[in-house]
Amino acid sequence: MAGELVERHAGARDLVIVAVRRGGIVIASELVRWLRELEQYEPPLGSVDVTFYRDDASTAKPNPRIGPSDVPCSLDGRHVLLVDDVLHTGRTVRAAIDALMDYGRPRLVELAVLVDRKGRQLPIQADYFLKAEAIADEDRIDVFADATGITAVVQSKSAASIPPGSVTPH
Amino acid sequence: MSDDRIRHLLGIADLNLATAERILDHAQAFLGVSRRPVRKVPTLRGKTIINVFFEASTRTRTSFELAGKRLSADVVNIGGSSSSTSKGETLRDTVNTLDAMHADVIVIRHAASGAPHYVARYARAGVVNAGDGMHEHPTQALLDAFTIRQHKGNDFRGMKVAICGDITHSRVARSNALLLRMLGADVALAGPRTLLPTAVESLGCRVYDRIEPALDGADVVMMLRIQRERLGAPLLPTLREYSRVFGLNSARLRLAQPGALVMHPGPMNRGVEIAEDVADGQQSVILNQVEAGVAVRMAVLYLAASEPGAPTDG
Repeated sequence: MAGELVERHAGARDLVIVAVRRGGIVIASELVRWLRELEQYEPPLGSVDVTFYRDDASTAKPNPRIGPSDVPCSLDGRHVLLVDDVLHTGRTVRAAIDALMDYGRPRLVELAVLVDRKGRQLPIQADYFLKAEAIADEDRIDVFADATGITAVVQSKSAASIPPGSVTPH
Repeated sequence: MSDDRIRHLLGIADLNLATAERILDHAQAFLGVSRRPVRKVPTLRGKTIINVFFEASTRTRTSFELAGKRLSADVVNIGGSSSSTSKGETLRDTVNTLDAMHADVIVIRHAASGAPHYVARYARAGVVNAGDGMHEHPTQALLDAFTIRQHKGNDFRGMKVAICGDITHSRVARSNALLLRMLGADVALAGPRTLLPTAVESLGCRVYDRIEPALDGADVVMMLRIQRERLGAPLLPTLREYSRVFGLNSARLRLAQPGALVMHPGPMNRGVEIAEDVADGQQSVILNQVEAGVAVRMAVLYLAASEPGAPTDG
């Protein structure tokens, strides 16, 4: 994923990586690490909590855990790579794009996710992903990070759905 | 996961520890919004908040107004003298009128203790108490606790807090004593004996009729405003005497821990309950309290205006 990013934006040095809290944070940190190793280039890393920007913010249960948004610099004219673990309905990404706009006017916003599980409800797609696979709405994807890397595991509830699998980004 | 919605915030007495801490945690995230170049999030878009202030207030009303606006709610302010109450309308009819206008949250300040509780009994909207008589001022206590957390960390256990001044008439003292005790702090109340309420021991605090023993070893010192309307015999002979015996000056502040926080809910009477150099000194966090006020009220309005619904999903 980092290789593809480097390939498409060779030489560009205006990248800012912004993780969607909380799932995007480990993946964004990994991306920064890879860029440092591959390119000797360390882009600024930030995060946004999208709770305040959700389209159901005033009708959903209050989120019990709101984290601080932390964008290290103005996004005016920058290339922003938004990072999340799983892309599903697209509503979280929509909210995250709204949140970004309050920190400036980026030149370009791209999206990187670990898993694209399909099931979109908005016209949004990932520019970079490691695995794309339709996963039943009632199933859950858990993402773990440990010393060996990041692992995504499908927790299946219905017997009819695809068997549990995993992806590891290496 | 428990439902953390607070339909009303009427007093600290009605709040449990988990909800109080949830408000303080949320306020941390909202503080970040106030510090950005774009100080607004769309969270309460389409919601209506009505501030009904039957008692004059600039600071608290402005703070609630900004909090609502930074959440994108529509905020309307109604003042006491301009309201229909001055034309003879009952509080109950005022509430029904605001409900008919589809207010989502009513923020109320009233000179009568218990007025917000009365309103909450009849209103469809959520009700937030912005100060009722000599009873409670819950958002002030929450913003004070938030300010203390910012400087002293989240663990209040064993922390010594001195609250000094007119304890009897102070809703700030009462709400603070209740919240700080709930969070585990050791609270000392100090004031002239004429301004200490009867049954003050029921608040679970140490009580002194001199300021020095309350200041001794304190980590936080909260000074209360002397309300000039309380002046005169028999409660308080003169301001000068009060200032000499109960005012916080730099010599007295040295009785507290080095680095103890100096707090004041405002508006201050400089030279009366607090000396000029202390109010503007290194240890003063009085302006931090003002900033915290907007963040805490955003958290309260967010929790009061959100409707129970489906759990959130990706």
